[in-house]
Amino acid sequence: MSKEAVGKRHMPKDVLAFKAIGYPILFLFAVICLIPFLIVIGSSFTSENYIIRNGYTLFPKEISFESYKTIFDSPMAIIRAYGVTIFVTVVGTALSIFLNTMAGYVLQRKDFAWRNKLSFFYFFTTLFSGGLMPWYILCVNYLHLKDSIWSMILPGVVSVWNILLVKGFMAGIPFEMTESAKIDGAGDFAIFVKLIWPLSTPVIATICLFTALTYWNDWYNSMLFINNDRLYSLQYQLYKLINDAKALRQIAAESGMVIDILPIESTKMALTVVVTGPIVLVYPFVQRYFVKGLTLGAVKG
Amino acid sequence: MKAGKRKKQGFFHKLYRYRTLLLMLLPSAALLFVFCYLPIGGLVMAFKRFNYRDGIFGSPWVGLENFKFFFASGKALSVTRNTALYNLTFILVNTALEILFAIILSEMAGKWLKKITQSVIFLPYFISWVIVGSIAYSLLSYESGTLNGVLRSLGMDPVNFYGEPGWWPFIIVAFSAWKGVGYGVVVYLASILGVDGALHEAAAIDGANIFQRIRYITLPGILPTVITMTLLALGKIFRGNLDLFYQLVGQNGALFDKTDVIDTYVFRMTIAATDVGQTVAIGFYQSVLCFITIIIANWIVKKKDENYSLF
Repeated sequence: MSKEAVGKRHMPKDVLAFKAIGYPILFLFAVICLIPFLIVIGSSFTSENYIIRNGYTLFPKEISFESYKTIFDSPMAIIRAYGVTIFVTVVGTALSIFLNTMAGYVLQRKDFAWRNKLSFFYFFTTLFSGGLMPWYILCVNYLHLKDSIWSMILPGVVSVWNILLVKGFMAGIPFEMTESAKIDGAGDFAIFVKLIWPLSTPVIATICLFTALTYWNDWYNSMLFINNDRLYSLQYQLYKLINDAKALRQIAAESGMVIDILPIESTKMALTVVVTGPIVLVYPFVQRYFVKGLTLGAVKG
Repeated sequence: MKAGKRKKQGFFHKLYRYRTLLLMLLPSAALLFVFCYLPIGGLVMAFKRFNYRDGIFGSPWVGLENFKFFFASGKALSVTRNTALYNLTFILVNTALEILFAIILSEMAGKWLKKITQSVIFLPYFISWVIVGSIAYSLLSYESGTLNGVLRSLGMDPVNFYGEPGWWPFIIVAFSAWKGVGYGVVVYLASILGVDGALHEAAAIDGANIFQRIRYITLPGILPTVITMTLLALGKIFRGNLDLFYQLVGQNGALFDKTDVIDTYVFRMTIAATDVGQTVAIGFYQSVLCFITIIIANWIVKKKDENYSLF
């Protein structure tokens, strides 16, 4: 029996062994990645009594919509938080993309004598920082960002990593294009918008998605700067509600109150579902762009 | 003559010539100046006993007192050690898993199976750390956590995870891998696909089995990427992942002994705002540590391969 025939009809032994060991390990990890999501979803549909007796489970035995009722009975907090996060994400991403691509373009222009010095001005900030406290004092005491929606937008606008990514990509566009456009009388800004932008859609799409994801998932700036609950971002609202529920439960337990009055445990999970939902829903559609982008930037990490 | 004239172009001449380009840089440079450079100036507070009445410039100088306090308390050593050890473990565990899974994925036959598996392990990367905190609670809570539910149903004693610091190094490393490995797999998968396919074919014809091909072709092929990624991660070894630690542990003081990193310590002190000078001093200490390590890491990368260095 020739070797080729074996390869065609049956898997060679070494490949079989590789798959027999490799696939189960990989699938096990994939299952571990997925199970927590299923527990959260399952628990959000479980009756509070069942959770208290048996804990959060994968497959709810006593199905209940009580938790979602609790949320949708007073939905304003969540709706408002969605509004804040959508505003912050849209405005922040638009600003960020515009400024970062513009900076990336200028810093790679070969006829710009100061490009290296100014690039270092940008890059240095990734090497050394003043730390959290001076930054916090600056934002609160001098820029008066406390309880301002801009506190969740401005600090994240300039991303030096994105600028470097854009710079690297645009350096690959032949400089002759810029040159000939200049000879035709186009201004630098017009060249950037009309010529360079359309040629850079892959890198722009990538940084757009990463920036939007960062804004959407941010809890940190809200925690530092926002006291007014009308300005809570979605993630911070969730954080607050989960931790308040914890506090509530403790108080209830200490004072001997009947805990079952509020479906606290299942509501937490239902809140998690309501907050995560959109991300998981758009995930299948945008995932491949992230993969592309990562491949684009992989070299420089 | 013309060339000579160009050379003599003064600063203002250039300023005029580059006016559009400079205006295009202005907004981002200004934001960077405000949010990154001004706080560096604020580091003087590390040498002062800061009070809000006198402000940054009016507060009295105290020399190195703020640093002394931090080091004398023993906190400096413990949070620095935690930060470095956790990061080292993350690098080891995550890199090993990422390479392993990337190799298995690259050899996977079915196109759809491959896609779905990759999507599933990449999914945790997209959710916020707040949600990861909520998920951790659903698994680990003493009363209602799934893990304790399983332990109880097996007739074993439940574990009070949120009260016993000893479990946390494992929990934190597990969640770091859970959330981060998918990202690394994508990077290494791209690197593996970049390895010349002809090499694999030639080796297969020469009778190399799959394990030999991985050992002698795939692994050496992705080695530059592995080294670069690892060195870059080592450069950030004194920068703790605040998201991870704060959302999993939060203000739970019972666990600090095993879970406090420089970033969480500074974060709590910043929120409490009790001792501004000392908080700035710790931040300064961390910035200097980070600066030194990244310079060293980059120097090594540069020596190995100029193309991969950061600067």
